[in-house]
Amino acid sequence: MEHIISVHVENKFGVLSRVSGLFSGRGFNIESISVGTTLDPSTSQITIVTKGEDRIIEQIIKQLNKLIDVIKVVDLTEKDYIVRETALIKIHTSRSEDRGEALRITEIFRAKVIDTTPTTYTIEITGDENKINAIINLLRPLGIKEIVRTGKIAIAREEMKAPVIQEARRVKA
Amino acid sequence: MKISGAEILLESLKREGVDTIFGIPGGVVLQIFDALYNFKDIRFILTRHEQGATHAADGYSRAKGKPGVALVTSGPGATNTVTGIANAHMDSIPLIVITGQVVTRMIGNDAFQEADIVGITRPCTKYNFLVKNVDELGQTIKEAFYIAKTGRPGPVLIDLPKDVSGARTEFVYPEKISMRSYNPTYFGNKWQIKQAAQAIARANRPVIYAGGGVVLSEASGELKIFSEFNRIPVALTLMGLGGFPGTHPLFLGMLGMHGTYAANMSVHDSDLVIAIGARFDDRVTGRVSEFAPKAKFIHIDIDPTNIRKNIHVDIPIVGDVRNVLIELNKELKGMEEDRGKWLKEREPWYKQIKAWEDEHPLSYKKSNKVIKPQYVIEKIYELTGGDAIVASDVGQHQMWVAQYFKFNCPRTSITSGGLGTMGFGLPAAIGAQAACPDKLVFNVAGDGSFQMNSQEMATAVTNNLPVKIAVINNGYLGMVRQWQELFFNRHYSGVNLGVSPDYVKLAEAYGATGLRAKSPSEVEGVIKEAIRIKGPVLMDFVVDPEENVFPMVPAGGANAEMIFSEPSKSEKARPTGKKEKKNSILLA
Repeated sequence: MEHIISVHVENKFGVLSRVSGLFSGRGFNIESISVGTTLDPSTSQITIVTKGEDRIIEQIIKQLNKLIDVIKVVDLTEKDYIVRETALIKIHTSRSEDRGEALRITEIFRAKVIDTTPTTYTIEITGDENKINAIINLLRPLGIKEIVRTGKIAIAREEMKAPVIQEARRVKA
Repeated sequence: MKISGAEILLESLKREGVDTIFGIPGGVVLQIFDALYNFKDIRFILTRHEQGATHAADGYSRAKGKPGVALVTSGPGATNTVTGIANAHMDSIPLIVITGQVVTRMIGNDAFQEADIVGITRPCTKYNFLVKNVDELGQTIKEAFYIAKTGRPGPVLIDLPKDVSGARTEFVYPEKISMRSYNPTYFGNKWQIKQAAQAIARANRPVIYAGGGVVLSEASGELKIFSEFNRIPVALTLMGLGGFPGTHPLFLGMLGMHGTYAANMSVHDSDLVIAIGARFDDRVTGRVSEFAPKAKFIHIDIDPTNIRKNIHVDIPIVGDVRNVLIELNKELKGMEEDRGKWLKEREPWYKQIKAWEDEHPLSYKKSNKVIKPQYVIEKIYELTGGDAIVASDVGQHQMWVAQYFKFNCPRTSITSGGLGTMGFGLPAAIGAQAACPDKLVFNVAGDGSFQMNSQEMATAVTNNLPVKIAVINNGYLGMVRQWQELFFNRHYSGVNLGVSPDYVKLAEAYGATGLRAKSPSEVEGVIKEAIRIKGPVLMDFVVDPEENVFPMVPAGGANAEMIFSEPSKSEKARPTGKKEKKNSILLA
């Protein structure tokens, strides 16, 4: 099963290599990994997507916790969480009908064209994995030149406390 | 007053209680060696190879119970320490390895004698540092010792560029330390300890399986109380030897691949295995699916990753072994009124264990013509009264030491357990002797292992470290030869050592004493003479070249399927369990 593990680490050089080295050294899989600093510039948040049996995931979490620079490890899959990924997609649009089609698809997905040349569009899309895969499938017949994906980042959903907000959430859902 | 990075290093080491450093100088550590020249509080022992320096620091640490320190130069000096670091890492030995590095502005430029040692040692250290600024140096050393010594101990490397050891700054050594990202668990969960106590009280066939964690956390006293109060027999791992007295009536011997029949059968038939400071290594468990198949498991370990790594655990307790045993002993003491009842219910278990012990005690075919290696170990044990530190190398002789030398005290057995590093023994013995100058220190080596670091003879002689080296000389890489004999149709491929030096002359060439025994009648005299002589002695024991280590669990086999001797052509009989049928493969 796929697990999204959020790792809070010291923001020092070499930390990412300690984390990724742990995975390669022990034969664990990394599906995607993304890193960025947090509000506190002395720490970073690493989001790792991995797959494995429960026993392996348990080992991964324990081994991550064991690393000296790791402050906290959370398996988001055990919680209610939100996951997003961004993709930049460059497509061929030499024919004008392709340009029209590309814009329509971009509109439907609430994506954005962020760069254009007479023969290409570069589209930015953010969403969950399904949404990104869906737009890629629709754009493919036009001719995709290049795709870059960030890998997933995820965050735990804040627990709802006030009844009013719970109401609002239901409406949204 | 501003002092140099080199001086800060030495001052900091002194404050951490370091009295000895092992190592070899080189270009980028010249400033440090210059500072060392007038530094009276630290003795520097020059080894002949950086691997020897790390093994010596390792042996020092194992014998003394505090971190050993190695200091080497950059590039090849640093890469030569890798085996020693990996060895300490596998056995959880606290070590501080200081490597010189090229000046910071040259790092990454493929400078002369540059190696990315922080990158190279990342997976085989507990942690490592590259110090980029002299102002961080004191704090870094403090953290390095803290990390090396606490939690599950391990080696820590500090990479020190030349310009950092040369730069000057105000020296302030931090008094206290706290790291938000590193907080080992020292005290076991109370509820889990209660659960464990109840499981122990209920068990009819309990057995203790204890490892190096008992030695590292100084818990042998608590283990003895625990075992005696509950009358639970103890099987030790190779790393655990000395953690429980080898002559104790409740001691079953070592377990695992070359463990005793009683230890392996007790664990196999147990209904409760209490694992203490051990990590279910494959050399211990044999085929995991058949390791203690009827048992529940209690596992006490400071490292949570060890728990459920190889085997399902029913009651895990994460914490320092000593602290947990103190609490567990209290808990069990509180249940004392029922103690008579448990012990009574275990009578059949004790009888069964006694039967196993009688059925297949450790044994070998004695000879008065050729020296049996086991006989040499027995004699060393006998003539030292067991009061010696024995550093072994890796191979057959290592297993014979583990089997036939009854270690009664922790920190007297020094051996490379996890990594199995041939060449470890001599430098480790030198380190142990430097740590414990008043102790009698033996290095039992194979002739193969000895030749992997024999250059350290010079270190022993120069520094007057009177180690007694017993070379169990069979002319082969014996353990590999044994496997080839048993499992590869006697294809002795690449194991014949061919030309070896004349060990007596070799010893003399180094200025040590060389002695030789070729027949069993000479063994005792040689050992006595070696003990009598004040300086380093090399004893060459020319032994039976094809003696094998038994009992044995073949790789991938179950522990209950032990082999007791070579299957000879005439005797392929199935086991009967009777004593006279010793020459058979026992498939219990």
